[in-house]
Amino acid sequence: MMIETRELTKLFKDVRAVDGINLTVARGELVALLGPNGAGKSTTLRMLTTLIPPTSGSAQVAGFDVVRRQRDVRLRIGYIGQGNGAGHSQRGRDELISQGRAYGMTVRAARARAAELIDSLGLTDVADRTVSTLSGGQRRRLDIAMGLIHAPELLFLDEPSTGLDPQNRANLQEHIVRLRAEHGTTIVLTTHYLDEADSMAERVIVIDHGRIIADDHPRELKAKHVGDRVILGFPTPGETVSAARLSGGTETDGRVVISTEDGPRHAPKIIDELRGHDLAPDSIEVRRPTLDDVFLTLTGRSLREGGAADTQPELVEA
Amino acid sequence: MTSLVTDTRVVFSRELRPVIRDPFSVIFSMVQPLFFLALFAPLLPGDSSLQWFVPGIIVMSCLFGSSMTGSNLLFEMQTGSHERMLVTPLRRPALLIGRALKEIVPMLAQAALIVVVCIPFGFELHLPGALIGLGILAGFCVGLGALSYTLALAAKNKEWLFWTVQQTLLFPLLLLAGVLLPIENGPGWLQALSQANPMTYVVDAERALFAGDVWARHTAEGLIAAVLVGALGLFVGVRAMQRSD
Repeated sequence: MMIETRELTKLFKDVRAVDGINLTVARGELVALLGPNGAGKSTTLRMLTTLIPPTSGSAQVAGFDVVRRQRDVRLRIGYIGQGNGAGHSQRGRDELISQGRAYGMTVRAARARAAELIDSLGLTDVADRTVSTLSGGQRRRLDIAMGLIHAPELLFLDEPSTGLDPQNRANLQEHIVRLRAEHGTTIVLTTHYLDEADSMAERVIVIDHGRIIADDHPRELKAKHVGDRVILGFPTPGETVSAARLSGGTETDGRVVISTEDGPRHAPKIIDELRGHDLAPDSIEVRRPTLDDVFLTLTGRSLREGGAADTQPELVEA
Repeated sequence: MTSLVTDTRVVFSRELRPVIRDPFSVIFSMVQPLFFLALFAPLLPGDSSLQWFVPGIIVMSCLFGSSMTGSNLLFEMQTGSHERMLVTPLRRPALLIGRALKEIVPMLAQAALIVVVCIPFGFELHLPGALIGLGILAGFCVGLGALSYTLALAAKNKEWLFWTVQQTLLFPLLLLAGVLLPIENGPGWLQALSQANPMTYVVDAERALFAGDVWARHTAEGLIAAVLVGALGLFVGVRAMQRSD
């Protein structure tokens, strides 16, 4: 096991930021911690990376206790925080080399590894410039390079794509996925971007109020907690009411919403059956659930910014 | 396997690197004490006023530079590079000691600049004394730098707090050390306060040493004051760094 926590808890004054988390992550997994701001994702990560001690409970990371064997943990993990790892007054390459030295690499080894990462992260043109002059995306790639300098077996990323434009986000996700494919690195990231958790992770851990409320493959989470919906429109209100009754669906905004497993497969059957009763829909939509729908079902709240419970689930292609 | 010494060296050279990469930024910050020399020193009475004034200005520039240095750490705490370093296996004391030791370098460069500028105006350099004086000053500025970092760690994201405390302490320390005007003619309470200021002993030692008077009582007093400030700064600084998150 790369990570094993037992009743991991963090109190800030009397607020339970993390409330008894039991989490195991196996070698090679790519796990996303998903939850709204303030859910306790970052606090959990900060405890796992030795930045703050737990109030109670324990955590073993890369085989060592995060309180008693901090140094052993630190030697084996990489961490890419929310801020910029590279000092703004420094040059990127210098920072990479001193980061390598911090992990006990020789100057020669650190220099070679820095050059390798600069090349693979497309930083060749900017590596010898002052960090403060780099764009947000370039700085983020430099942060990734900093976190990878010692080729850690376990990498933590705290909100890696916050503040990046869509193109840079896609880029970053590609790097993370490739890192795992090529090196088998275990990766734990926090995010409040639903699509990010959805597209990258094979395991999404939903956290709310400092507790794990769901933990599964995104596909399973959606199938288990929400399911697909087939939404049909009809020319007249009368037909809508009849169709809702016949199909066991509900009438919402003048349309019939039918919950079902595997919507694309079931929609034709549903329509055939309704046609058999002379009810011909004039619009058809099949909605696959998003992780936000999962969150909404589990908590009654939406994950989206300022999300209220009545937010319409958006159609996001999984 | 790394040790505290190699860790300290890593931090020290990282801190120094921007200075080496861009010496102009440092040279620019060195101009300030020259204003004091150009615009204040001529007001002092007597022919040997420069000889008296210059060592004090060297200590003053060390005070200014070292007391502000915490703001660099404060900035790195805000941008995230401090956090990044806390997750590395670098030993916590090294994170502070390396930074504090780096203060010696700009101090030496500044002292050299001031001396070079003043020699044409009749400043006499007594090299052995001056070198001992700079050694004492090194201990003093390491302590000041460490205290400044401690203040930054305590202030965390409250930048105003750092600057308020730094500015509040800066001028009393400076004026009470008798850098700009002699304290001897002042009222008794002022002299008492001055004697409680460790910087007073450092300034007196520098004046004696830069005048070539190596064996004066001032040398020992200045050395003790500098070592005490250095030890105190490193002690509280290392403790603060060990608690840093």
